[in-house]
Amino acid sequence: MDQLFVNLKHSILIFAGNFLPEWAVILISILISVTAIAVFGPVTMMYLTLLERKFVGRIQNRFGPNRVGKWGLLQPLADGVKMLTKEDIVPKGADHFAHFLAPVAIVIPALLVFAVVPFGRNMVAVDLSIGILFFLALSSTTTIWIFVAAWASRNKFSLLGGLRSVAQMVSYEIPMVLSVVPVLMVVGSFSTVAIVEAQSGWNWFVLTPWGLIGFVLFFLTGVAEVNRTPFDLPEGESEIVAGFHTEYSGMKFALFYMAEFMNSFTISAIVSTVYLGGWQGPWLPGWLWLLIKSYALILVMMWFRGTLPRFRVDQLMGFAWKFLLPLALLNIFAAGVWLAFARPVNYLLSAIIVALALFILYFANRPDMPKKRVYRYAVE
Amino acid sequence: MFGFGVLKGMLVTIQNFFASYFSKDHLTTVQYPEERLSAKERYRNFPFLVYDQAPEDPRCVACDICAKECPPKCITIVRDSDAEGKPLKRPKSFDIDYSICMNCGICEEVCPFDAIFMDHEFELAEYGRFEDLMYHKDRLLKPNDHFKKIRPTDATRIDAKLAAKTQKPAPPVGN
Repeated sequence: MDQLFVNLKHSILIFAGNFLPEWAVILISILISVTAIAVFGPVTMMYLTLLERKFVGRIQNRFGPNRVGKWGLLQPLADGVKMLTKEDIVPKGADHFAHFLAPVAIVIPALLVFAVVPFGRNMVAVDLSIGILFFLALSSTTTIWIFVAAWASRNKFSLLGGLRSVAQMVSYEIPMVLSVVPVLMVVGSFSTVAIVEAQSGWNWFVLTPWGLIGFVLFFLTGVAEVNRTPFDLPEGESEIVAGFHTEYSGMKFALFYMAEFMNSFTISAIVSTVYLGGWQGPWLPGWLWLLIKSYALILVMMWFRGTLPRFRVDQLMGFAWKFLLPLALLNIFAAGVWLAFARPVNYLLSAIIVALALFILYFANRPDMPKKRVYRYAVE
Repeated sequence: MFGFGVLKGMLVTIQNFFASYFSKDHLTTVQYPEERLSAKERYRNFPFLVYDQAPEDPRCVACDICAKECPPKCITIVRDSDAEGKPLKRPKSFDIDYSICMNCGICEEVCPFDAIFMDHEFELAEYGRFEDLMYHKDRLLKPNDHFKKIRPTDATRIDAKLAAKTQKPAPPVGN
């Protein structure tokens, strides 16, 4: 079961090898991987929309979509038909080419990062030696297309959303990269496959003191990177209409959503890969373990969405620069100490460092509450 | 402690999520076409005409008071007459334009013969904007039993009043 999809691909290639030259077999191998990702990504996105609507609906004491098919299972298809048949409106003052290009191009990085996600043992499209770097670099290019969309719409609300998106990306990219650094130090490789293999036998990095902090940091910054609540300032409905996609309708709008949901799936998969042991786990096949872990993280994102209101802009910036960034730096120090000492001592030392860091940052970040004024002469 | 409000809020939402599977209080949606809430007795939306025995003999005497009082003027009444042209105490036609009616219930208040009342019917969607929402006498007339069913308190009160009126001897004519 563990190697189900690997064996399936392998047998197809052997069958093709009987009557095709070698270069054609390589081409087919690439095509199979690409097709699998290109089908898996959008289908995941379609059903994530349904999952989110059901989950948030239950949080708000209602059913969520339950009319189209059993439990609303055909709702994504109905939404797709609706999106395709909607009128495509382009504002008169818009930059037509860029307005068209942005939603198309934003899907490309979202699909490309699937290439380095190790779905199971031997189940990675390309085992790049710079896998994590590839993921971080590509996922941050999404913001460029968000800004292109915002600029091309020629709408002040869109532009404000785009500016917010860029400011947010610049702030959160730094703690995000720094929160992965401890793992790279310990594993000594950028490759996602090597990172998963380093965590075999319940040596998940989340079970170490620095790993726990790194996991929370990476996950929170990841949520901020994919612009989901409570970090959804670029599309804050109550403030700037719909942010960067104000002027988009129909399938172009759906493409933005597709990119957003695929990004939230890949960020969950990468967080599980880096800190939660990836496809490692007992009894069940590896690919199932990765999906379980990723969906658990996605459900936490939806749980955030059902609970938390949006950050104010200064709170968002303060959280990144005053809390996440110093914590990520101190976490690297804790991981270095963990590496330098022997087994029982290193856990204790790095736990102390992490606890101290949390304590100091917690008290340094307390809001400055003025004392309640006591009137000595005035009578209430 | 600052920061813990977030955790408290997360606890509240996840409690609501799980409670929605077990408790009716945490899943309050009524799946409308299949299940519906029963209408409250004092609910009103559009008027209908009451008849006692037969629809040919309604309580309405075509006095035209409701048509005159109606604020948006949605009621049109034509009095019936016999073969010699003598006016009769019943309407020849009684039309209410539901697309104009504003559900105020003034017709019900002013009717001296207790002939017009507000109904509970609310699924009134039609394909035609003008003809289909113009309710003629045949669609407006409903038996007293219907009124008793939807508004039992009002119906028993009015039935008692009408019964008392018929039993009382007619007041002497003149002086």
